[in-house]
Order: sequence, then structure tokens, then C-alpha cells
Amino acid sequence: MSNTLIDLVHITKSFDGQLVLDDLNLTIHENEFVTLLGPSGCGKTTTLRIIGGFEAPDQGQVIFDGADITSLPPYKRELNTVFQKYALFPHMNISDNIAFGLKIKNKSKSYIQDKIQYALKLVNLDGYGRRMPDSLSGGQQQRIAIARAIVNEPKVLLLDEPLGALDLKLRQDMQYELIRLKNELGITFIYVTHDQEEALTMSDQIVVMNQGYIQQMGSPEKIYNEPENAFVADFIGDSNILDGLMLEDKLVQILGAKFPCVDVGFGRNKPVDVVIRPEDVELTAPEEGGLTGVVSHMIFKGVHYEMEVQACGFEWLVHSTRMWPVGTQVGIRVDPFNIQIMNKPESEDEEAVHIED
Amino acid sequence: MKIKKNLSKTLLAGPYLVWMIAFTIIPLCMVGVYGLTDRTGVFTMDNLTLLAQRGYMKALLLSLGLSLLSTVICLALSYPLAMILRSRGNGRKGFMVFLFILPMWMNFLLRTLAWRTLLEKNGVINALLDLMGLPSLQIINTPAAIVLGMVYNFLPFMILPVYNCLMKIDNDVINAAKDLGANAFQTFFRVILPLSVPGIISGVTMVFIPALTTFVISDLLGGGKVLLIGNIIEQKFTTANNWHVGSGLSLVLMIFILISMAVLNKYDKNGEGNAF
Repeated sequence: MSNTLIDLVHITKSFDGQLVLDDLNLTIHENEFVTLLGPSGCGKTTTLRIIGGFEAPDQGQVIFDGADITSLPPYKRELNTVFQKYALFPHMNISDNIAFGLKIKNKSKSYIQDKIQYALKLVNLDGYGRRMPDSLSGGQQQRIAIARAIVNEPKVLLLDEPLGALDLKLRQDMQYELIRLKNELGITFIYVTHDQEEALTMSDQIVVMNQGYIQQMGSPEKIYNEPENAFVADFIGDSNILDGLMLEDKLVQILGAKFPCVDVGFGRNKPVDVVIRPEDVELTAPEEGGLTGVVSHMIFKGVHYEMEVQACGFEWLVHSTRMWPVGTQVGIRVDPFNIQIMNKPESEDEEAVHIED
Repeated sequence: MKIKKNLSKTLLAGPYLVWMIAFTIIPLCMVGVYGLTDRTGVFTMDNLTLLAQRGYMKALLLSLGLSLLSTVICLALSYPLAMILRSRGNGRKGFMVFLFILPMWMNFLLRTLAWRTLLEKNGVINALLDLMGLPSLQIINTPAAIVLGMVYNFLPFMILPVYNCLMKIDNDVINAAKDLGANAFQTFFRVILPLSVPGIISGVTMVFIPALTTFVISDLLGGGKVLLIGNIIEQKFTTANNWHVGSGLSLVLMIFILISMAVLNKYDKNGEGNAF
């Protein structure tokens, strides 16, 4: 693994007596695309603003490249931010916007000219230098905001929901653009979003946050396939979250039926949360499944059918390419590898299956 | 269909048009006619060139000087205040702005008369200074008192546009400047100040023009000893009963106002400062 670039150590922050971040520890490595993901009010933007220097933590330290920068003002930090609503300087044209940071640093005219050209090419907006910001579309303005940040050659680029104001199609295009930029520039991106799909698409590392705590940190695959708690499972993608009882190693009881699984080490007769992704639920003839139920809803989603199956008082969400008409008696089968067992939250603080949006 | 639509729009503007023709355009034309004729009704430029005479020129220059000074003082008071209000939390902001507007709820003449009582030789301020053993203040009936009166009366007209304009600046735009390496000084001069130009222009217009044309403030606080161009024009219409010279001088003053507005508007690219 590459070198540590940013270390957040025991960061605590509250606004008007309300705790936003509680003893947060986070390490970010060089050259990573790290996404802070969570519902609104989870502390992700505050974390970013603390790294950028726009908020000071109540307690804790921000270590950047080995040095403590906790009390360093934003303009002395070797990182740049792309703001949610672009925040271009409305009284300057595009070239002057991009040149702002370089002029402050007293770079030579020819250097600045080269950089402007380079940056405009990089974000595919060659020839826009003379235009004023308000004559550009939202997507173009956001790309200029990125150009304005990267000409300063920061070690880290902070992005605060930069695609939030764009429409779906543009957002998807910009996701690819950002991945390309990150690879071309070879710098660290710290990205804040509440959009789990965006996070899964772009990130090397995802940090799932809720109510001021880091719920889980890991690669997109790990977060999706092995959520550590019910909040993560529920927030990332669709899922069926059930109360289970771990009877013994590799055997869990769900809704009164026994399912073989692959998890060990939970002990005997331990209550657990069980996550099963809708695409991992297999519908069979009633006698072949571990549980039986009745299909109560069915919609066609294009790639697959989305069905709801009532079984033993639980409404299962099922994605399948095979259609089962409403009213059909079906059996439910789950491959042992696809049953994810999680410890129940131990304290009320960790109880986090509460999504605001 | 299109014509109909345009017609209904024109009709909506009707009441205002009537008002404007009756009370702005026609009076303006009358001022023009009076200003360019003599008592016998013959065309003349004399009423305009009269201004070149020493007494009139002195009054005009004094007016320009005092209103310019008042405008600068108003700006110097308002801008820092608006900056402080901008950085404050929401709760107190409204209250502070309210405080500045509060004097406007009282009659303008009353307020100016109150200043007279305060500033008089044996007035409240001098009584207090006397109590503290300090030398008395002799500014009533001087240009200083007039500037004080102008600043006091017109300050809200500067604060409001400047404050509104500063409040409109997106916090993230300022954060972006800091983020790109600008210190507080650079952030102010490269971002905040240029973005507040429309507010400044609006405020300057709203303070400078009434200050330039006032005769009430100079009457009450100047005690008839300091003549501004406004006072001279007023006298022409009232005591001297010479509408022709009064109108002529008004026209020249109007030209000065138009020039100053043209200069100001050159700096106002966004066109938000066109208060008049």
C-alpha cells in the first residue's frame, strides 16, 4: 500500500451543541480515490471542510504529509477544493478564473498561459477562455471549477458533491471524466457524496458514514458484498435485512427456517442481522426452497424483474431475470456464500439503521 | 394574437405612464422651457451661463465638495459595518439592519431639527462637554454641521444596498479564493470588493444625488450662512420669484448629476446599481 498522505486523528466537532463528528479517525493514502459516503447530516461534508481548513475541529488533529496542519488557514494548505455549486468568480472570465491561484502565487505570464491551455484541454473546454462563467452550462462550470483547482498542482483534490446539481446523464459522463482525470493527474481525490452508485463507480476506497461515525471503510466490492452492519447494507444498494439466530458455525436460522451459510465465530444461539441482496434470492418451486411464500408484487425493470415475496411475515425483495406472476406460490433459496451475517449493534450510538433521505 | 398580448401589457403600464407623464415628463419640460427663456418669453442661454458667476459657482463647488465628502464618509461607515454583519450569525443581522433603518421612521425635518438642538451653542452636546470640562464645539452653522446632517440622513441609503450586495456573495466563492491561496487581503481586493461594486454604486448614487441637491439640511444646520446650490435654486423660486433663473440652474445641476451617473455606470458592469 502507498504512503499515508492525510491522517485525521480523534476529530470531534459539534455545531450549536450538536455532535457532528465523534472521535473520527481516518487515514487516506497517496493516489487514492476516496469517497466519503453517507446520508445528509452524517458529517461527511464537515470532514471535508476540516481537511480543507474551512472548519476547525473542536478536538483532534489533521496530519498532512507528516505535518500537523490543524490550525493552518486554507490558503496555506497544499490542497484545493471543488465546491458543490462551482463557486466560480462571477466577475472574471474563464481564463482569469483558472489563473486565479497562479496569479496569487506570482507565476510568470507564459507559465500561466500554458497552464490555462493545458487545463482547458484536460476538461475538454478548449477555446472557452474568454467566456464568462454565467454563459456556461452547469456541467461546463463544474469542469472549469475542477480546472481552476488542478492548475495549482495540489497533492489532494477535495470534491464536495460536485455532481449534485447536474442531471443524470451528465452526472454519469462526469463520473467517467473524473476517473480519467484522477488517473491522468495521479493525485489523491477525496470525494463527498450521498449517492451510493456514484461512490461504487468511482472509488478506490469508500468510507461509509452515519451520524458522525465511520460505519465501514473498504473497497467498493467489499462494502457491497460484505457490509459490516445493517446500516451499510441498507444504504449501499437494495437489500433484505432480517433478524437471524446463529445456531452454530455455518448455520443460521431465519424466520424459523435453517439456512447453511459460510460465516464462523459468532458463537452458539447468537442473535444476528442477516443481509441478503435481492439478486441473490433464488425463487424455486415451493417444495425446493427453505421457505415458502407468495409473490405479491412484480414490476419489469428492464435488466430484471423486481418482485416482492411475502414469506413468514417478511417481505422479500427479489431481483430475477425470470418472471413469477403475482399470486404464485414460490420457494426461497439462498446460496450459502450469499448470506452475509453481521453482529447486531451493541450500543445505541451504533444503532444506525436510520436513513434520512 | 401577439398584438393583443402587447396591448394588454401596455394597458397594465397605463397608470404608471399617466403618472410619469403628468408628474415627471411635463414638469421636466416646463423646467426646460423656463430655464431657456427670459421673463419676456424669448429664448436665452443666460440662465445657464449665470452659473459661471462667482457666487453661484462657489455654491456649486461647495455643494459638490460637501456631498462628495458625505458620500465618502457614508461609504466608510457602511462598508465595514456591512462586512461585519455579513460574517455574523443570522439572528442579530436583521436586528442590526432594523436599527439602522429605524431613524427613517421619524420625520426627516424633525430629525434634522433635533440635530440643531443638539449642536447649538448652548445645546445638549455643548452642555455635556461643559460638564466634563471640555472646550465647547462650534460647528453649528458651518459646513461641518451640514456634512454631519447629510451623513446622518442619508446613511441608511448607503448601508442597505452595500449590505444587500455583500450578503448576495456566495460564501463558497470567498472560500474558493482562500482555497486557491488568497490571504484575507487578497481575497478582499480580488473577490469581495469587485463583487460589491454594484452595491457601492447604488449606495453612492442614492447618497450623492440627494446630498447634492438638498437645501433643507443646509438651511437648518447652516443657519442661512452656508449657501449650497440647492439653497440658491430654492431662493430663486421662492423669495426672488424668478422661475427662469431657478430652472436654468436646475438644468445645469441636472447635467452634473447625469455626468456623475454616467461615470458611475461605467464601473457597474452588472447594471444593478441603476437606482435612479
